[in-house]
Amino acid sequence: MSEWKSICRVDDIPVLGARRVERAQGIAVAVFRNSEDKVFALLDHCPHKGGPLSQGIVFGESVACPLHNWTIGLSDGCARSPDQGTTPRFACKVDGGQVFLDDNELATLALDIRPPVCRAGGSTGALGDESFSVQAPQGA
Amino acid sequence: MKKMKLVMVGNGMAGVRTLEELIRIAPDLYDITVFGAEPHPNYNRILLSPVLAGEQTLEEIVLNPLSWYQENHITLHLGRKVVDINRRTRVVTADDGTEAEYDRLLMCTGSVPFILPVPGKELEGVIAYRDIHDTNTMIEAATKYKHAVVIGGGLLGLEAANGLMLRGMQVTVVHIMPWLMERQLDIVAGQLLQKSLEDRGLKFLIGAQTQALIGDKDGRVMAVQFKDGTEVPADLVVMAAGIRPNTELAVKIGLHCGVNNRSGIVVDDTMQTVTDPRIYSIGECAAHRGTVYGLVAPLFEQGKVCATHLAQFGIGRYTGSLTSTKLKVTGIDLFSAGNFTGGEGCEEIVMSDPYGGVYKKLVIKDDKLVGACMYGDTVDGSWYFKLLREGRTIHDIRDKLMFGESNIGDTGHEGHSKAATMADTDEVCGCNGVTKGAICKAIKEKGLFTIEEVKKHTKASASCGSCTGLVEQLLMFTAGGDYSKPPTKKAMCGCTDASHQEAREAIKEQHLLTIDSVYKALGWRTPNGCASCRPAVNYYLISSWPKEAKDDPQSRYINERSHANIQKDGTYSVIPRMWGGETTSSELRRIADAVDKYKIPTVKVTGGQRIDLLGVRKEDLVNVWKDIGMPSGHAYAKALRTVKTCVGSEWCRFGTQDSTQMGKDLERAMWRMYAPHKVKFAVSGCPRNCAESGIKDVGIIGVDSGWEMYVGGNGGIKTEVAHFLVKLKTPEEVLEYTGAFCQLYREEGWYLERTVHYISRVGLEHVKKKILEDAPMRKALWAKLQFSLDGEPDPWFDFDKAAVDTRQFTAVGAA
Repeated sequence: MSEWKSICRVDDIPVLGARRVERAQGIAVAVFRNSEDKVFALLDHCPHKGGPLSQGIVFGESVACPLHNWTIGLSDGCARSPDQGTTPRFACKVDGGQVFLDDNELATLALDIRPPVCRAGGSTGALGDESFSVQAPQGA
Repeated sequence: MKKMKLVMVGNGMAGVRTLEELIRIAPDLYDITVFGAEPHPNYNRILLSPVLAGEQTLEEIVLNPLSWYQENHITLHLGRKVVDINRRTRVVTADDGTEAEYDRLLMCTGSVPFILPVPGKELEGVIAYRDIHDTNTMIEAATKYKHAVVIGGGLLGLEAANGLMLRGMQVTVVHIMPWLMERQLDIVAGQLLQKSLEDRGLKFLIGAQTQALIGDKDGRVMAVQFKDGTEVPADLVVMAAGIRPNTELAVKIGLHCGVNNRSGIVVDDTMQTVTDPRIYSIGECAAHRGTVYGLVAPLFEQGKVCATHLAQFGIGRYTGSLTSTKLKVTGIDLFSAGNFTGGEGCEEIVMSDPYGGVYKKLVIKDDKLVGACMYGDTVDGSWYFKLLREGRTIHDIRDKLMFGESNIGDTGHEGHSKAATMADTDEVCGCNGVTKGAICKAIKEKGLFTIEEVKKHTKASASCGSCTGLVEQLLMFTAGGDYSKPPTKKAMCGCTDASHQEAREAIKEQHLLTIDSVYKALGWRTPNGCASCRPAVNYYLISSWPKEAKDDPQSRYINERSHANIQKDGTYSVIPRMWGGETTSSELRRIADAVDKYKIPTVKVTGGQRIDLLGVRKEDLVNVWKDIGMPSGHAYAKALRTVKTCVGSEWCRFGTQDSTQMGKDLERAMWRMYAPHKVKFAVSGCPRNCAESGIKDVGIIGVDSGWEMYVGGNGGIKTEVAHFLVKLKTPEEVLEYTGAFCQLYREEGWYLERTVHYISRVGLEHVKKKILEDAPMRKALWAKLQFSLDGEPDPWFDFDKAAVDTRQFTAVGAA
């Protein structure tokens, strides 16, 4: 059985935009709103290299991943051909202008997927002369 | 609603491509029925020559397997030739009695070979070279017989002759004209070609006129006889003396086919027949503005246009194509395009090395390349063809033109610029790690014809685009000369047929202020565009109508929406602005404190004399900006980024000018300036040029008597040395000229076009005319830029005014 959990109002999501829903465990969920006020929920994780889909450009019923511009279908989570891959979908409903996700799914779905990391074992704070492995896509 | 019925007569490449386009844009509009006279699904006719030569198999050249027709619910009648069409009752009838009704009819009957009207043409062993059946006949004949004669020394004839020779036959090519491929080559190249083919074992009879074909007692051909009475033995005769549009059916049903019904089914720019509005025609049977095209590229363009009209979008016109030719005989490189014979008002640049087997001729008219004919070394064919299509003026590269694109400098793919000489394991696309082998494989196996398709399937040239030229060459080598070139006027993206230029002009002329109104005015096919056109249109609006058009954050890439650079793990990098690269102890202290407080993992000095904080969590961005308290560096934006300076005359013993102050003044005057792409400045205090002004969008170099200004440099993908623009006296002039140049680029550049590409598109002359020769124009441009930038907000602090949606920095519905 679904246990619907209230997330936010539809109006809290920008038109042709998205918000992130943090979870106790696992990668966050992205809730999208398109120009027709339809709302969709996907794992915030591109099947290609794990880019945060919530940060992409929304158009029609698709979102373009902000990292390498894969196009992901909002309703099915599938990458548009010829790219291949699928992002886990989350059940989502709108009732009275309020957006709901399924609490069971939030707690259990896609917990095994790991977020991308920049530097394996990276420390925090000031650095010595470690090599630098981040590539800024639009670097200075 | 009941679907309309579309019937296609002919199952060839052009027609099926039209169906593919149609199904893509209007999947549910029609019930589609296809009649094909051949018993095969759609295959790549261009590749019959490699099949004949034994380099590929028939299975490999199938483009749409039977399953494709099934998946798309297309009723396919193979091996059934349409013999009649009743245009009143709208019923198509095939030779076996099969009937189909139509609402729309697409005539793609293609072409038929021209058979010489000589006695003996019906003999067994006399064939044309057109389809799989002919190819199989030739392959079979080669196992049984010895002597073959090919009539016609054009493209097709030579490919047939080469194939038969490779299969062990002794082949004679009979050609009535004075040299081979006279429609594609000039006499020098034609003779070089002949020599090279003779060296391989082909025989030629040039200028010979066929009189009759002689048969043996079993009715099989045994010899070819000529006007002068001589004969050559022939067990197989291949007629390759040209093709003509197959209009038999069209004439029968009364479609206008030009004078004496000979010029092809006459269509208008929408590919609709002029006779019957329900009937469209494309391909080798259609005559458009008096021309019948026989190469695949123009036919695909026709198909694209036709599909939009069948889909009832009513947009797009086909206005004719430029074509180029390449012979698909392995080991022979030959290329021609445009008017290569020259004539009145034409100049020619010729390079000829008959011993080395290399010949190149370029024909120039009115400072533009109008034709090219090359033999032996054709690696630059695609580049010449590009120059030809674009109609670019060439005086600035004329001295290097003959030596090809590789002489105009390239980095980023190990210096490779000649695709032919690369090994299969060599990397073509350095961004996505795609090798030459992978690209060629995809082109062959997936039947790709356009750069766009190769991009989609292999990712090659899909990122930075610097290898596009290489990929284009590979397409040409692999798919043959008739791969599909993007038309000169390139649509912005799949959402529209409008080009960047057309979008810019419409916004300007019609005073459009919103993205929706642009989409409406130009007939966009999608409700809210895509990730490619929407940011472009948004930029065009705000740059055309400053203070009027509203910036739309949801139409900006994430970096410009969050005002920081996204990194591969979803964190961001922050680069505060340091005017002219100068900083202070208190700024450094604040930066250091923020690094500790927000546990920022990496701090790096950039190439632009600033400090980059990498790995900032999105929810910390606002506080990091606030704590550091320095202006946005716009390192994330298509905007003015850094202004790099050397220390200049203040400290340096060689310095002639105060470059640091000049740099700071430029930066303060022009920061927050959005542009089609990123913009970098540099100011050096003397010609030693420590700030690297020669590779910046605008580079200023101090000299004893003032300042030199350079534009259009680039240190990125393709290292490009900036052009000298002008010598100036005062810092005020430097500001004015730099501002005017930037504003010109802002107004005329296409989105994502760097200044180097902008200048190479419009020409440096154009820039000089507007900036140097027209003082009122220069001052107006500078004033316009100042107006645009006046009071613009800093997006790191003035969220409201800069349209920064702060909701993005927090999550919703916390767990």
